[in-house]
Amino acid sequence: MIQVLAFYLFAALTIASATLVIMARNPVHSVLWLIVAFFNAAGLMVLVGAEFIAMLLVIVYVGAVAVLFLFVVMMLDIDFAELRAGFVKNFPLGMLIAVVLAAELVLGIGAYRAGSLELGTPDGSAAPLLGKSNIESIGALLYTKYLFLFESAGIILLVAMIGAIVLTHRERKDTRPQIISKQVRRRPEDATVNVKPEVGQGVQL
Amino acid sequence: MTSYFQSLGLTYEWSWFIATIAGILLIALPLMLAVAMIIYVDRKIWAAMALRKGPNVVGPFGLLQSFADGLKVFLQETIIPSASNKGLFLIAPIITFTVALMAWAVIPFNSGAVLADINVGLLYILAVSSLGVYGVVISGWASNSKYPFFSAMRAAAQMISYEVSIGFILICVVLWSGTFNLNGIVEAQQGHGLGLVNGYFFNLLLFPMWVMFLISSLAETARAPFDLTEAESELVAGYQTEYSSMAFALFWLGEYANVLLMCTLNAVLFFGGWLPPLDIPVLYLIPGWLWLFAKIFFFFFVFSWVKATVPRYRYDQLMRLGWKIFLPMSLLFVVLVSGWLMLTRYAA
Repeated sequence: MIQVLAFYLFAALTIASATLVIMARNPVHSVLWLIVAFFNAAGLMVLVGAEFIAMLLVIVYVGAVAVLFLFVVMMLDIDFAELRAGFVKNFPLGMLIAVVLAAELVLGIGAYRAGSLELGTPDGSAAPLLGKSNIESIGALLYTKYLFLFESAGIILLVAMIGAIVLTHRERKDTRPQIISKQVRRRPEDATVNVKPEVGQGVQL
Repeated sequence: MTSYFQSLGLTYEWSWFIATIAGILLIALPLMLAVAMIIYVDRKIWAAMALRKGPNVVGPFGLLQSFADGLKVFLQETIIPSASNKGLFLIAPIITFTVALMAWAVIPFNSGAVLADINVGLLYILAVSSLGVYGVVISGWASNSKYPFFSAMRAAAQMISYEVSIGFILICVVLWSGTFNLNGIVEAQQGHGLGLVNGYFFNLLLFPMWVMFLISSLAETARAPFDLTEAESELVAGYQTEYSSMAFALFWLGEYANVLLMCTLNAVLFFGGWLPPLDIPVLYLIPGWLWLFAKIFFFFFVFSWVKATVPRYRYDQLMRLGWKIFLPMSLLFVVLVSGWLMLTRYAA
């Protein structure tokens, strides 16, 4: 009973907030609705017993990706009149994407109707470990059967990260960065001298 | 507690529902009281270190000062700037406050005394604490004012930076205890140090992690010396500048509830939670929640001590500490800890 109620609550809120992401006039509101959608998707994950995925969804998407997204969108100076002027120009592209998405949806529902794929369960190669938690099951699979895919995903992400840093980094000659170790090494005798000037005489610097 | 309500003749669903609501109230109400008292303690410690008296007028020793402040704030008018985004402006403090309460669901107060004994407890805490930044960012943007906006930018960058290294530090603890469940982590610490000391801080590989966790938790809760989001000399009051009345009070309550949560995490992850400090049978006569509260109070004292004595960091220094020192160090220790465990525990 309570599972059904919770499912319809999460599902309805996911769809409603996803609709509001594209309907909202203000891009910041769009991002915030996107966060609500992520949250409810995490709730759905909990309902199917994938609590590890749910937590990762919140940590990665809500806690990191969406914060950076919000960060960027908040700093944009958006002219709404200009946005609407681009509507006619981008209309064909938008329609194309909409058609592709609709085709995928139809295909997906058709595939779902045709019955589910038995992904490795009969021979037990990809079956979840019985009596183990989510984390252990996923770990046992990722580090044995899918080790190569997992590691190559990691390497691709690393390359992408280094690439982003290399592309945006520019050497500036005129900055004078703080060198902490140099400051720590500095002693009073390096910086101060004790002199006793004669009356009427200045200090030689 | 569910079984107690079931014995009264209720169905399982209803007794679970009532027991959970009761559990939430049992945690949230004392927590609010604790926050009020801890604000008083904070001010007293701070005053003592500055050779002042601190609050001493309202009630005996000024004990009721926080309640007087609360009443005053409650009776104030809520001012909403006309150029602000009204809905988000009011939602922001509610988010801060709610998120600060949410994380307490998985904190074990005694053996098995936990509201939600889920096996991804630590990940849940990481998820919830990463939400805390939204209250600050949304309030900064919705206020439509310069200083709150700068503060929101700082908060977003600061909290994300330190969450990365906090994640790696938590991974070290999880590797050693072999579970994400907080109760399991506490139990794994029993007699960890030479079979006598309860707690991971006695471990040579985890002690540096604890030091980094303590500093990161100061940065994560934006406490001094990392309180750059509300640096009064630069940003007036930061993201709280435009807030008044209860909205302001909710920020305060949420902030101190977060500080208490970080103190609790220090106690639970590295100092044995509800276990007594030494693994001696006599010490187990004192109930576990008292040990936990004593440890939380100790860490809160450390937080106040730091606040009273350490000058504020500059923003680039804060970023340097987070990205150039804590991140590589914590990554190195993930390798060291997993390597050590591989050699000793999983050598077969």
